[in-house]
Amino acid sequence: MAKTVIVSCGTGIATSTVAAKAIEEACKAAGVAVITKQCKGQEIPELLKQGADLIVTTSTMRFDPGIPVVKGLAFLTGIGIDDVVKEILDILKD
Amino acid sequence: MNIKEFLNERAVLLGLETTSSEEVIRALGGKLRDLGYVKDNFIEAALEREANMPTGLPLGGEYNAAIPHVDIEYVNQSALGLATFKEDVVFYNMVDSDEVVPCRLVIMLALDTPKSQIEMLQSVAAVLQNPDTIRKLVNAKTTEEVFSALS
Repeated sequence: MAKTVIVSCGTGIATSTVAAKAIEEACKAAGVAVITKQCKGQEIPELLKQGADLIVTTSTMRFDPGIPVVKGLAFLTGIGIDDVVKEILDILKD
Repeated sequence: MNIKEFLNERAVLLGLETTSSEEVIRALGGKLRDLGYVKDNFIEAALEREANMPTGLPLGGEYNAAIPHVDIEYVNQSALGLATFKEDVVFYNMVDSDEVVPCRLVIMLALDTPKSQIEMLQSVAAVLQNPDTIRKLVNAKTTEEVFSALS
């Protein structure tokens, strides 16, 4: 069954788009079935009700969602990108 | 698709003498507004967004950048604006809003649809990930040098 990743940023359109695309490509390369759902930070609680395995965020998290959270700034800046991709894949492979 | 296709040379402001992110957003947002790319309330929306959800990006090198942007409702047509500064301008880290990120470059994003701008955004990300390009942009003296750095 495909894992669900909530990809959030401040507006739900800009940085989360870049991150979601990169996550989909990395998961495809690793053979991990994944569904990404983009949203604004404040929309996370609503999406959590539908179930999710991981949150990747490029904006500041202001609450504990109860599922793993990975900071996704590396998808924009490239800094530490390999570590972030590995962290995401490790969580989704569990 | 190339970042240059979205960057209007009149929305390039080089060597601004300010340390205030608000002044930068007003100056760059004003250009995008005067050029018709964004609505009148874009600037206030961008300022509010920057205060609540900052857009500073530590780039791990000599210079950092910020990428102010807002919801699509404030935008008429997709475009980019670019500004550089004589001194560091204080922005805050996008993913950790308590952390100061001193920036010498701002690329302002005006996006009109949620999905269709992926290539432009990836182009912006590619620029951010290239320290050589960042250095050329920060040190550009003319608009021509900016467009040349983005080639």
